[in-house]
Amino acid sequence: AKALAKCEEEPNKPAAVLTSAEQLSIADLELRFKVLRENSELQRLHKEFVETKVLTEDEFWATRKKLLGKDSIRKSKQQVGLKSMMVSGIKPSTDGRVYYIILSTPSWKLSFPVKCSCRKEIMHTISSLAQLTNRVTFNLTSEIIFQIFAEKPAVRQAFINYVPSKMTEKDFWTKYFRAEYLYSTKNTAVAAAEAAEDEELAVFLKPDEILAQEARQKDHGIQRDGTMDVVEPQNGQFRRSLLQDLNRHAAVVLEGRNIDVDSEDTRSVAEALARVKQVSKADGETTKDANQERLARMSRVAEMEDLQAPQNFPLAPLSIKDPRDYFESQQGNVVNESRGAGTLKRNVHEAYGSLKESILEIRTKGLSDPLIKPEVAFEVFRSLTQTISTAKNIIGKNPRESFLDRLPKSTRDEVLHHWTSIQELLKHFWSSYPITTTYLHTKAGKLKDAMSNSYSLLEAMKESVQSELRHQLSLLVRPMQQALDAAFQHYDADLQRRTAKSARGSAGEANGSV
Amino acid sequence: MATVASKLYSDDVSLLVLLLDTNPLFWSNTSTTFSQFLSHVLAFLNAVLGLNQLNQVVVIATGYCSCDYIYDSSLTLSGNSESGRTGMPALFASLLEKLEHFIVKDEELIKEQEHDERIASSLLSGSLSMALCYIQRVFRSGHLHPQPRILCLQGSPDGPEQYVAVMNSIFSAQRLMVPIDSCYIGTQNSAFLQQASYITGGVHHAPKQLDGLFQFLTTIFATDLHTRSFVQLPKPVGVDFRASCFCHKKTIDMGYVCSVCLSIFCEHHKKCSTCGSVFGQSKLDGASTVSEKKRKAPDS
Repeated sequence: AKALAKCEEEPNKPAAVLTSAEQLSIADLELRFKVLRENSELQRLHKEFVETKVLTEDEFWATRKKLLGKDSIRKSKQQVGLKSMMVSGIKPSTDGRVYYIILSTPSWKLSFPVKCSCRKEIMHTISSLAQLTNRVTFNLTSEIIFQIFAEKPAVRQAFINYVPSKMTEKDFWTKYFRAEYLYSTKNTAVAAAEAAEDEELAVFLKPDEILAQEARQKDHGIQRDGTMDVVEPQNGQFRRSLLQDLNRHAAVVLEGRNIDVDSEDTRSVAEALARVKQVSKADGETTKDANQERLARMSRVAEMEDLQAPQNFPLAPLSIKDPRDYFESQQGNVVNESRGAGTLKRNVHEAYGSLKESILEIRTKGLSDPLIKPEVAFEVFRSLTQTISTAKNIIGKNPRESFLDRLPKSTRDEVLHHWTSIQELLKHFWSSYPITTTYLHTKAGKLKDAMSNSYSLLEAMKESVQSELRHQLSLLVRPMQQALDAAFQHYDADLQRRTAKSARGSAGEANGSV
Repeated sequence: MATVASKLYSDDVSLLVLLLDTNPLFWSNTSTTFSQFLSHVLAFLNAVLGLNQLNQVVVIATGYCSCDYIYDSSLTLSGNSESGRTGMPALFASLLEKLEHFIVKDEELIKEQEHDERIASSLLSGSLSMALCYIQRVFRSGHLHPQPRILCLQGSPDGPEQYVAVMNSIFSAQRLMVPIDSCYIGTQNSAFLQQASYITGGVHHAPKQLDGLFQFLTTIFATDLHTRSFVQLPKPVGVDFRASCFCHKKTIDMGYVCSVCLSIFCEHHKKCSTCGSVFGQSKLDGASTVSEKKRKAPDS
């Protein structure tokens, strides 16, 4: 044993093996757990080998880097569209209970008491706790902000104008939601009164000027009756039509996110949207261009890249040589049994001669009569029937049915599992040759033990199955056993070689030292 | 008129393309004479044509150096035959004439070749390709056509130099959904024919007694494709899947495979000759050279 150990240390490779501790980040571990959870087959293999210490974790995952790659994280980064639920305000109730509304963003909270109640189906973001405590939280996420800015350009403009010069963001949103509430109460008198006091509030309450302008631009030739807008009573000015809001909302949702700014900063979102609107307004003169641009964008987006499977590495193009070269090389390239060329030619001519004679014979004599003797025909039938019936017993009635389907389910699963586990073991076994370090030696030993275990399990399975299926099952299992046998042979031969080498080595040393 | 025709085109109309082996080197070595063989085959063709009014038969002769169409039942007119030949069904007079011409041509071709040191195989790849071309033309002729299948009557051994071409034809037939039946009457096993029938869903049989050939043919190979779902036909228990290597065209069962284009080689090469990808050095070679060096050191 000492000699063996000495022999192995001779190669003097640096011990940079996989057992050196790699600092695994928590993210990596989580990723591994996730992959195992999703793939039950892999989990079974993992349990069988890593937990019984046949393979280490690193070895197991070494060949599966692709599964653990960044690609699996990418899946979670799917682009999410806008919610189709409208960011509506709060509806007033009839029972007059007073609720406090708490607006919260990641950075600040505010609250104010408002006389209202909310219908569950409108305010999805309300916590149930709040209902008990008369406080209602409304989460103002960046997505909602985006939606508000997209739907109501006047609000966006107001934001750009007023914040941070005239008021803080907090105040801005307070005012906005107050306006929303007032609007939803449909109490136009109160709305008008408050609007008169607070000009910013008025902005929120008025029908969106910018939207109206855009709408007017779209009607080219139609003479808008401008009187409609002007004659409205003072209070009616603050009445936005629900239809307009709905249409606007739908248009925004369908367009999706057309800006790439992903930041938390509300101001930059507002500015980016403004820029987009400007650009589209400039193109708006020629609607054809705008349509074309929209179509191009739609075709791009329709591909849904984030739902496609992760792209593999760039492939080198396959260049297959001109096949004509190959076929021409067949003609002169083959060296098989070489009879003398002369004798061959003579044989050939004779053969052709006899063929021609045969044809002449049949032309003159006609078909042979009788064509076939009855005994011969009967013999043919008998042998064919025998062939078919024996084949039916072995293969089964359905020619396309595979033997695997005829096994009982548990046996079938067991066979398939054995197959995958043997593949895994063999993969690691063959990759550890040629053995150069002690680590590889122990690894090979462990794998060999696991493989012997598999072998005996296969034998046991063959015994346990019904007698009529046994033959086919052993045929099915034979390739696995042959592969294992080849591995065992290689292992034993290698071991013998090593012991012989070490014996020679020590003998040589003994001679040399003396 | 069209509706009448479509009514006649029932499920069991078939187009049989027969590939007849006319390799003289094979026929000079068998006990059965070519004329006996031909009489069995011609009677079989008659039977197939008699099964259905609309059945068609095409015969392609597979020679030693060339292949050619010998007979097409849709082109031959029945009344146009030479009277005075006794015993021969008039239908096949033109077939035999063309066969004779073909053999003469084939003989002339072999004179031109200087060295023919290959195995005495017939040109199976050529006739398979011709059959598939004919079938493709039938497919393109319109909606109403008989269901085609190929029957390969072969006695010569496989020529491993034709491996790639034969495999290509087999895959084309698979794509076209044309089964290739094969009847092997030679002495050795034919891996090509077994693979062809297996892959395309045809029937393979190697009858032992050649004097009962007619009975074999009518029992196994005369059924059309529709009827085959109701009839039990003999199936071979195992298929010989051996390939031939791309460099020497030898038949091998263990070798090296290029992982890019799947070409097969019998020995280790530095570069794949089909797609040009460079192979890495195999680990086993590396180990043996290292151990050889080691062995020298202690002795010296």
